[in-house]
Amino acid sequence: MSSSENNAAIDQPMHLETDVLVIGSGAAGMYAALEAARAGASVILAERSLIGRGGATVMAQMTVAAALAEQTPDHWEHHLSDTLAAGRGLCDEGLAALLCEDGPRRLREMDDWKVGWAREDGHIKQAQAPGHDRPRCAYVDFLSTGPAVSRALRSRLNSAGAVRRIGELLIVEIMVRDGEACGATALHLTTGRAVTLAAKAVVIATGGLTGLYRRNSASSNMVGDGYALALRAGAELIDMEFVQFFPIGHLAPRLVGMDPIMWDPFRYKLGGKLLNAEMREFETDYVDQDSRSDGRYVLTRDLATYAITKEVEAGRGSPAGGAYLSFQHVPEAEMRSAFGPVVDRLAANGIDLTSRPVEVAPIAHYHMGGIRVDAMLQTRVAGLYACGEAVGGANGANRLSGNAITEAFVFGARAGRNAAQRALQACSHWEPQAARPALDLLRSADRRDAPNLAAIVVELKALMADGVGPFRTADKLRAAAQAIARLKTEIGQSPVSSATSFDTVLVDWLDLRNMLLVAQSVTLAALARTESRGAHQREDHPALDETWSVNQLVSLSGGQLHLGRSSPSRRRTLP
Amino acid sequence: MKAVLAIQRGMSGEPPRVERFEVSFEAGQSVLDGLRIVRQQADPSLAFRFSCINANACKECMMLIDGDVDYACTVRLKEGVTALAPLPKKALIRDLVTEIAPPDERLRF
Repeated sequence: MSSSENNAAIDQPMHLETDVLVIGSGAAGMYAALEAARAGASVILAERSLIGRGGATVMAQMTVAAALAEQTPDHWEHHLSDTLAAGRGLCDEGLAALLCEDGPRRLREMDDWKVGWAREDGHIKQAQAPGHDRPRCAYVDFLSTGPAVSRALRSRLNSAGAVRRIGELLIVEIMVRDGEACGATALHLTTGRAVTLAAKAVVIATGGLTGLYRRNSASSNMVGDGYALALRAGAELIDMEFVQFFPIGHLAPRLVGMDPIMWDPFRYKLGGKLLNAEMREFETDYVDQDSRSDGRYVLTRDLATYAITKEVEAGRGSPAGGAYLSFQHVPEAEMRSAFGPVVDRLAANGIDLTSRPVEVAPIAHYHMGGIRVDAMLQTRVAGLYACGEAVGGANGANRLSGNAITEAFVFGARAGRNAAQRALQACSHWEPQAARPALDLLRSADRRDAPNLAAIVVELKALMADGVGPFRTADKLRAAAQAIARLKTEIGQSPVSSATSFDTVLVDWLDLRNMLLVAQSVTLAALARTESRGAHQREDHPALDETWSVNQLVSLSGGQLHLGRSSPSRRRTLP
Repeated sequence: MKAVLAIQRGMSGEPPRVERFEVSFEAGQSVLDGLRIVRQQADPSLAFRFSCINANACKECMMLIDGDVDYACTVRLKEGVTALAPLPKKALIRDLVTEIAPPDERLRF
């Protein structure tokens, strides 16, 4: 691209105006857009990929937790007490209570919207998942929860006239003027054109950061961009050190066309035995470390990850470096009744569960930390909201199975409605000057000789997995911080470009700018927390330390990250 | 094992050209794995759509593979040449990327 072509694409940005801008179209973003429209606001739903296809929701396979009391008597307070116990003292109790109290209403609304929750004897079927005191998790057969949720919400959006859906729109920066969010600047991927968006409220629904890790269960675009946008807009992040590793991610043999976290639902329905190289079940060896475990499939994710990693370290791992997961004790008919067509998809991958086990190992799955919000889901920047996995705090140091989609519904709806109410009362703070720094950044893109950015993304994922993975030490974290700083220098201050449309190199550069900032935030918080709690395990500080019953906050000022602390937000007790 | 990916490249309006890339692979790896290796090792400007990588959930990686419409994430790499081209009945954007977004989810300039 010549510099004159480049300038034309950037200097004449398309300008759009809306009441509410929602960034990201997983369940949280789609719910936010629907609810904002329901409250009477005009909405733009912007998605870097295709609407409802990227992010984590579409990848979800099974559990959505809520105290529906369909399977067994239940109350949302029971769900809350399980959520708080899993969070090991760090939950924002107000957000956790919102998740649990509002969950049933949203699951029933999704039922009305024909999501197709699995039913049994006329009621919604609820499965028992680890860490829950009773069967509480609804799902859609077979392993179709995420696609069904996406489809139901997409179809609602199609009929919601006030929501303008725009795919292939990568948000580069959120604009803030006079301390209030007033819109965003974006890159339209298919044309390479800049787009400015004026909005009276902005909702970040971009999901988590697990794409920062080598082995992860996320879409390729879950790289923490919403966290970086929030930081640069002046918001705070919370609990960044708590990255959840899903213990039994598929490892071997190579499986294509299926999500690596698929073995969890198999275990919910069929049991399944986790075996070491000696073909001995070992989960129970680790149970006494968790007072909530009773020997069934209830070992919470942090402990199961610990158990598998320790077995591998002790030389008792499977050939590919994980554990065996065996269903050989399950009759074929039972397997087929539980998973129907999935059994054939496995056969196409050469996997016959009745004859041999598969290999599994921990895989980055979810981020408990995220953008710090108040009870209104608003950040400390007026008019800037967050929802879904992008929000930190509700799940504390470890998330229960089933809480992610529920929080996407609940926080999405709340953030959307609150953003709309604000937008309908506010006047626009937008002025073109606000977009100038982001447009200048895009304009500075050039086709210089640069290192292969796709290779740097791979390098970053490897160093995060090795240095800032489930088990950490001060030495490894310091080395990771140095490597991140080196990569920052390597990518430089201005973007690299390669083409006028669908510029993959420019997208890698913009992603790396965000990923490196977020990786730095995780590493900084992980280094400071000199204890082990939930998903943050320090091998050099193996015990939980009560003095660390605090949340860490990350903010950005003067180009530097700053670390602060605050006491976990407790629920107000009723008089 | 070695696979050769013969990839149709170019922007809309340009005469298409075919570029060949050799990638080493292990049994079971997908065509999408091969394309990601090409970007990491040879040419990061190669454009193709994908989001979910492995789960066949996002349905974005559809392209013409040895003449058949298929998903790059479910077709496995093979030894010898595999020909990759953009979907023939969709407007070309660049390389293997075509216009597949529903019309009312596109931005028009």
